Amino acid sequence: MTNFLRRNPYATEPDSDFLLEKPTSLWKGAFGRLRRRRTGQIGMVLIGGLILMALLAPLIAPFAPNEVLIGKEEGVKRRTAPCYDALDFIGMFRCDSEDQPQHLLGTDGNVRDEFSRVVYGSRISLLVGITVVVVAVTIGALLGSIAGFWSGWADNIIMRIMDVVLGFPSFLLAIAIVAVLGPGIRNAMLGVVIVSIPVYARVMRAGVLSIKELDYVAASRSLGASSVRILWTRVVPNALTPLVVLATLGLATAILDVAGLSFLGLGAQPPSAEWGTMLASERNQVFTAPHLVFFPGLMIMLTVLGFNLLGDGLRDALDPSLQD
Amino acid sequence: MVQFVTRRLLLAIPVLLGIMLVTFLLVRSIPGDPCKSMLGEKATTEACDLFAEENGLNEALPVQYVKYMGQMVQGDFGDSIRFSRPVSQMLVERLPLTIELALTALLVALAIGIPLGVVAAMKHNKAADVGAMVVANVGVSMPVFWLGLLLAYFFALIMKDTIFELPPSGRLSAGLSSIPFYEAWGWSVNEDGFFGNVLEFISNHFIFNSLITGDWEVLGDSIRHLILPAVALATIPMAVIARITRSSLLDVLGRDYVRTARAKGARERTVIGRHALRNAMLPVVTVVGLQMGALLAGAVLTESIFGLAGVGTALVEAITSRDFPVVQAVTVVAASGYVIINLLVDISYGYLDPRIRLE
Repeated sequence: MTNFLRRNPYATEPDSDFLLEKPTSLWKGAFGRLRRRRTGQIGMVLIGGLILMALLAPLIAPFAPNEVLIGKEEGVKRRTAPCYDALDFIGMFRCDSEDQPQHLLGTDGNVRDEFSRVVYGSRISLLVGITVVVVAVTIGALLGSIAGFWSGWADNIIMRIMDVVLGFPSFLLAIAIVAVLGPGIRNAMLGVVIVSIPVYARVMRAGVLSIKELDYVAASRSLGASSVRILWTRVVPNALTPLVVLATLGLATAILDVAGLSFLGLGAQPPSAEWGTMLASERNQVFTAPHLVFFPGLMIMLTVLGFNLLGDGLRDALDPSLQD
Repeated sequence: MVQFVTRRLLLAIPVLLGIMLVTFLLVRSIPGDPCKSMLGEKATTEACDLFAEENGLNEALPVQYVKYMGQMVQGDFGDSIRFSRPVSQMLVERLPLTIELALTALLVALAIGIPLGVVAAMKHNKAADVGAMVVANVGVSMPVFWLGLLLAYFFALIMKDTIFELPPSGRLSAGLSSIPFYEAWGWSVNEDGFFGNVLEFISNHFIFNSLITGDWEVLGDSIRHLILPAVALATIPMAVIARITRSSLLDVLGRDYVRTARAKGARERTVIGRHALRNAMLPVVTVVGLQMGALLAGAVLTESIFGLAGVGTALVEAITSRDFPVVQAVTVVAASGYVIINLLVDISYGYLDPRIRLE
């Protein structure tokens, strides 16, 4: 039934042959459309670059993220400006003197190589974003499918709790949760997980509500399948698609929120090479050493932008009304 | 309409009660001994007993909750542990700044976001549209704290001694002070009374206060100090508003009545301004309500960057010094404000779009 309805977007003869053709899977088609869209392309390049940077960090970074360079390098000073001979033609990277040590993004307040820290920071941000979203989506999807599938008191209790959580401005509630649990990257992540669950639960519930009325669910039921089996094999897989888009956009929010908490001193603690923490510890030096504020922030922005564009692209690619 | 408003009001009450309950439970679930975590590790047993007595911690949780609710409703948020003074007094002093900051930011976001969205929709798929959407996409991805620092760096350092120089921190320049309007007008007010507190709360909105007292120097200075924080805070809402304006307007521009308006020879400006934009504004209103949450939360970061003594900095300071009554009060006030704003948005939506009322 579903294959019959899903016309192959690449078929040249739309009317007679499409029943005989091998159907393109939803995801394969979506990926093809994503690749052809400008937002999707830019998003994939940004996120691909970020993943590469995180995986290859030890190869890209010349130093370890927490390596203090005093005594290891001749003439190294704290908070020196970027200096890199190969990029000499860009004024920003021009060295002050001949024998100044080469540091692409300069050194920070503790005489560590800023570039290495920025590179290693990608690992933390990606890990934070993915962990937060995976946990939040899992819990949210579980609650949402329970609420949607077994309507009644379970639905009422779960969704009223979700309403209350949504009643708070999300970042503020995350701050309050961290305030109670105590600062630290794990608690910051937990705070962001809690505030992002309701959105996933709501979307999952809406999906489950509409799918459980479909004929193929009724067919399963008439064959004697148990409720859990129907939910797990028939309903949930088909309700997950909108969650994928939300989760991609959620990665952007999660990374931004955790970085914001770290900036306030509630998330990752120094000497962690987390971008928000790096920015916070040098924020008072913004007038004297702006590069220490500029680059970590730029990385946060590019990462968040990448996930936002990817999410937007995915939404368009998965939207049947936009299929060509 | 009366029925619609009543129903919305009734729906908001459980959420407000829930918010108070969650905040109550949050503060009570602080790991460890509440006394030690608030008064410090070296607090003596006697001090702890006294502390528990004063804060009613010896009573059963439901009893505590009922007392807490009673106090909240009367505007009594307890005493700050760090400053040993009523939290409500701190709110009177600090909340106005946060309100002014959020409203200014909202104004900036609307003033830039809506025209940006309109231009993008009118020039659909042309260079202007692409440009506007690049701005919007970068805008939603902007870490507020980073942008704030960059703005401070640019306008306070690079632009120093030009007419574009703007102060990087503080609310008023040194030497200036805002004289409350009731003092300027020679009212005799009992500052400790409820009425006095209300007047003080109003007069702490420096822009409003200097406007009604005609103190132009303070007015100009306080606006200058709010520009950078407001722009930083406005970026994300601005981008969201631009996107929703664009998509909503694009949707409306394809409708029959727009084609009719064009067919009868109306100028493009009339078509957009009178027919399309008015109908396209409905989703924008909803988004503005939701963005108020982002503004309140973003104010925490913005105030921290620009050294503004609003409730946001109060919250961060309270967390580092484990001053939980302040954390509790700020959370409840901000969340209730957010719920009430969205309630107003809901009601205005019913007013703007009669179909909603009948649902």
